Amino acid sequence: MKKGRFGAYGGQFVPETLMAALAALEEGQKTICRSREFQDELALYLTEYAGRETPLTFCRNVSDDMGCRVYLKREDLLHGGAHKLNNTLGQALLARHMGKKRLIAETGAGQHGVATAIAGAVLGLPVEVYMGETDCTRQHLNVVRMELMGATVIPVSCGTATLKDAVNEAMRDWAASSEDSAYILGSVVGPHPYPRMVRDFQTVIGKEARRQILEREERLPDAVIACVGGGSNAIGIFYPFLGDDVALTGVEAGGRGIEPGEHGASLGHGRPGILHGALSYLLQDDDGQVLGTHSIAAGLDYPSVGPEHSMLRDTGRVRYESVRDKEVLEAFRYLSRREGIVPALESAHAVAYLLRERDRFEKDDIVIINLSGRGDKDITREVVHEQN
Amino acid sequence: MSRIKNAFKGPAFIAFTVAGDPDYATSIMIAQTLIRSGADILELGIPFSDPVGDGPVIQRSDERALSAGATTDKAFALVREIRKESEVPVVLLVYCNTVYSREPARFYREAKDAGVDGILVVDMPAEEAGMVMDHAQETGIEQIFTVTPTTPPDRVKKIANLAGGFLYLVSLSGVTGKRETLSEAARPLIRRVREQTKMPLALGFGIADEVQARQAVEAGADGVIVGSAIVEIIERNAGDPERLERELAEFTARMKAAVRNVPGGS
Ligand SMILES: Cc1ncc(COP(=O)(O)O)c(C=O)c1O
Repeated sequence: MKKGRFGAYGGQFVPETLMAALAALEEGQKTICRSREFQDELALYLTEYAGRETPLTFCRNVSDDMGCRVYLKREDLLHGGAHKLNNTLGQALLARHMGKKRLIAETGAGQHGVATAIAGAVLGLPVEVYMGETDCTRQHLNVVRMELMGATVIPVSCGTATLKDAVNEAMRDWAASSEDSAYILGSVVGPHPYPRMVRDFQTVIGKEARRQILEREERLPDAVIACVGGGSNAIGIFYPFLGDDVALTGVEAGGRGIEPGEHGASLGHGRPGILHGALSYLLQDDDGQVLGTHSIAAGLDYPSVGPEHSMLRDTGRVRYESVRDKEVLEAFRYLSRREGIVPALESAHAVAYLLRERDRFEKDDIVIINLSGRGDKDITREVVHEQN
Repeated sequence: MSRIKNAFKGPAFIAFTVAGDPDYATSIMIAQTLIRSGADILELGIPFSDPVGDGPVIQRSDERALSAGATTDKAFALVREIRKESEVPVVLLVYCNTVYSREPARFYREAKDAGVDGILVVDMPAEEAGMVMDHAQETGIEQIFTVTPTTPPDRVKKIANLAGGFLYLVSLSGVTGKRETLSEAARPLIRRVREQTKMPLALGFGIADEVQARQAVEAGADGVIVGSAIVEIIERNAGDPERLERELAEFTARMKAAVRNVPGGS
């Protein structure tokens, strides 16, 4: 397999300007991240600062309703309110070890931006976050949170003014600033070494979940379900189960329907293409122009997906499905009401899949849902009330 | 002798425009004007929805072209149009997905049939070039690569071994866009790449006026590439084709003169 590839997917499709920065990052990851010192330091931040390990919660009410044993992996309880901090603490620590003076990031839902702002604040590095104008409006709470923690939010108005365009701007910034700035990419997307590095930082989710379920049930789960935007929370929980007899399901944004521009299901409806440095499934037209996307969840409103997921799709090891906005809203309200847990709209995709597909599971089946984040950012009148 | 090699007999002025900006018909006029006014090589961008290597000016150019209906087919048609009256070398500037989605074999074949001489894939570094090199070879299209101030010496060698036509030296770290002065990184870049290869070296990114162009040639560049400054003229005059033509002709002639009349220039 070629360097930085997952099967045919991945690679380093970036302008030459960024190749030196990627080589340095790769070197840093190989040497610094593998050192005992780095790992101890990161482990300390992840525990006493970020609040790991996160609980694996057995949901009695949901289990009764679904007719199987349902657990939630509670990344919503991680500091910042989503799994994103696992990655940003790792990357920001690496950046500090590499002597970088400034962090840049893109964000969709604002959760990765918030997590970068947190890491920057605690590690003493200034943070600038690119965020699509559309997302600044619909995830306003997170804009305020980032600013409160000292980060600068830069609204992006070009293109579709969502996550894809925020990544474009962050990459343009980095092309000019890589000598002193680190680009903290928020998912398992982008050029090598990002997909691997971000996965390695996020597998803490799956390692814990695997150990926790073995302790609690004395056996492995039958199924693990996670939402897929770029795919970092999904690969984070799937990875340690890849070699096991466990059904893995990734849930993409079905949006308003299967017409182009109405969803974010790149694995379901795309074909391989190159965006943001990697070959992966991509929503595009016949000429290779990237299509607009739609999802009620800003964090899933993205036309591509991590290259490792593309490989796992082709090999069939992971099933990729999608749910519509309407189902997501129902799941959002359902989990809030039944368990007193308000999920992020992104995470509610995984819950919605279980609600729809509950008949697939037997009474003794164990299902783990990765609850990648909490929904405070999403609480608006429109989302809470039934008319949608 | 290939058309590209021929263009570097003296210092070359290389003009960039996006195929289909502001619309297909005007874009034919623009290409013809640039050629008629002295461009030694025409660099034609195929617009892409997500041009990460470009600054705001060329981003807007891509957007204008795409909303006016630009496609890869039309870009090839534009090259055929140019070939009706000119032998000036045409180099396509494309993003990788444009090539990949059409399948590289077909893209190169169609480009060749249209009369394209060289192809530069902005987001395809040497490591990923396996996808296209055979097709470049088969069609005789020269595969152009960039070298930047951040490219270490061992990579320069590797890139030069792979590259055809000329090396595109990126004068600064960052994206396309006009700059006030020639980048400080330009001179040392030209000097060290010159030591490693005999290929023609064309300097681009940021160059906007005669002073910078002349300095580039004085510093040893065999060619000067101008993009954003031309695209700005197009943007400013998109509603007035006559003035657009006049301004482009004047600008090109001035730049050409600046590039050619450098004392000591090769
Ligand atoms: C809570 C939450 N879950 C999931 C995602 C999607 O990202 P990924 O697929 O990388 O986990 C986001 C992105 O913003 C998010 O905020």
